[in-house]
Amino acid sequence: MSNKLINLENISKSYDNQLVLDEMNLYIRENEFLTLLGPSGCGKTTTLRIIGGFETPDKGRVIFDGADITRIPPHKRQLNTVFQKYALFTHMTIAENIAFGLKIKGKSKAYIDDKIKYALKLVNLDGYEKRMPNSLSGGQQQRIAIARAIVNEPKVLLLDEPLGALDLKLRQDMQYELIRLKNELGITFIYVTHDQEEALTMSDTIVVMNQGYIQQIGTPEMIYNEPENAFVADFIGDSNIIASTMIKDELVEILGAKFACVDKGFGVNKPVDVVIRPEDVELVKPGEGTINGVVSHLIFKGVHYEMEVTANGFEWLVHSTSLFPVGTEVGIKVDPFNIQIMNKPESEDEEAAPIEE
Amino acid sequence: MKNKSFTALMASPYLIWAIAFIIIPLFMVFYYGLTNNDGTFTLENVLAITDPRHLKALGIAMLLSVISTIICILLAYPLAMILASKNGSKDKIIIMIFILPMWMNFLLRILAWQTILEKNGVINTFIEMFNALPLFDLPLLNIINTPYAIILGMVYNFLPFMILPLYNSLNKIDPNVVNAAKDLGANNFQTFIRIILPLTLPGIISGITMVFVPALTTFAISAMLGGSKISLIGNIIEQEFSTASNWHLGSGLSVVLMIFIIISMIFSAIFDKDGEGNML
Repeated sequence: MSNKLINLENISKSYDNQLVLDEMNLYIRENEFLTLLGPSGCGKTTTLRIIGGFETPDKGRVIFDGADITRIPPHKRQLNTVFQKYALFTHMTIAENIAFGLKIKGKSKAYIDDKIKYALKLVNLDGYEKRMPNSLSGGQQQRIAIARAIVNEPKVLLLDEPLGALDLKLRQDMQYELIRLKNELGITFIYVTHDQEEALTMSDTIVVMNQGYIQQIGTPEMIYNEPENAFVADFIGDSNIIASTMIKDELVEILGAKFACVDKGFGVNKPVDVVIRPEDVELVKPGEGTINGVVSHLIFKGVHYEMEVTANGFEWLVHSTSLFPVGTEVGIKVDPFNIQIMNKPESEDEEAAPIEE
Repeated sequence: MKNKSFTALMASPYLIWAIAFIIIPLFMVFYYGLTNNDGTFTLENVLAITDPRHLKALGIAMLLSVISTIICILLAYPLAMILASKNGSKDKIIIMIFILPMWMNFLLRILAWQTILEKNGVINTFIEMFNALPLFDLPLLNIINTPYAIILGMVYNFLPFMILPLYNSLNKIDPNVVNAAKDLGANNFQTFIRIILPLTLPGIISGITMVFVPALTTFAISAMLGGSKISLIGNIIEQEFSTASNWHLGSGLSVVLMIFIIISMIFSAIFDKDGEGNML
């Protein structure tokens, strides 16, 4: 896991004077499932296209396996891409689609036939050789696109929002399928998505991006539990982000009430942002919590109830399996461990400031 | 039900138009083509195509149309690729430039070429001006009244009909399909041969139909640029109707020509399932 397979050094790219990536640095380790996550226009797809060779950065270098590949065209790179909306060759059969890369490389017919069989088995579509792409469902086409890429035995598979066009159930199935594939193949996956749930489910490492800057790099647990700034906290799942004051180490004043926390080193009486996940807000009897409030909204979400509790002038988002009807007076309690303290950005711009690894 | 009769009512002007100006004339062509002066049925006019003079005219028309069509493909394909690779509003201006001549009268354009190519025409006047200077001794251009001038006229007139369907079919290709081919190791040439060319086949076929059919039947281009020596099948038919006033023979030969056109239409319909040619 420790070997750095791809290294992006000071990558900058702009289109029509619009900066898409600014001095980006990122390394990707061998056998890693790395996800580039962010809203549209954050630079994640551009990053992938630069790695794939479909874009050339204005500045910076792409190092692959120790060699500079910044200006090498895509057909000479040892990586393969699964494109958005599959991009299958509609005038060819499934077998011809999968064989395309191998035929170009001049492999023997026996080898190619073997590989087609193997790849179709791997994506659970044995016997589809003679079918045409347009006769397949979206999920099946997506698997063919994956099969077409992996028969070439790339060191890295690039996936550009491959599940974006599928419905929810199929998307979830495909997520497990992708994890299984990655484990069976033992290659590096670089995955681009705007879907935080997809990123949390599959990744070893998540890179959260916004406006051309990396906001945070970490494991799914780190990204979810310890977001480094308000953007990450807000983008990854629901959260309560509250402007607060760090009174001293391990004590924070939120909406006028003092909460115990576990963070240190922010200074004394320092303005900070506090993130509390809705499932970490405990509702108790009035007076038993740190502050009191009234339930103002209630929605049944299946797994849990989603409630809004007005307390000290803030609408707290709360997920709970127990029901508190609208109008109920409740106390709010938060485990010190679940209060995440973040430095306040000094200006609007800094919300998108580069973060050192 | 009310809706249906309303639709029928709205369609009736077109129906009348179609009957008056398409169905009836077609019927008349077949009637004249399959009868003689006495009005009795005969295949004589249709079989007149086997006359060596007619066969030769048909052969030359076929040959020149095929050559023109091939030249049109070779010129139009790179152009359509350049157009399709551009994006934004610049695109439309370039397309406009190519479509612009189509808005001018067809005969006017041919006449312009006649003036340009003539023995004492625009080009030769320029060449003679240069030759008047020392050091210059350029040969005069002598292609008017030759098959080359006819091909030039055909290519010039029908090129837009090749560009548009090609442009349409190229534009339909998802850029990621091309990227995928390159990603899988294909260089630009391999990508073109294995991916782009097969995916634009419907466009090529409808382009061929739209250039080949009018080129095969033309008589104006050959009359004005080919002089009196070269007769295409279109000229023969035209002469039968106008100077010879033999409507029966003219119609009979038209029927033969129609068979060729129908064959190429069927050919195009089989390949052009997406209707690339429909926008014209």
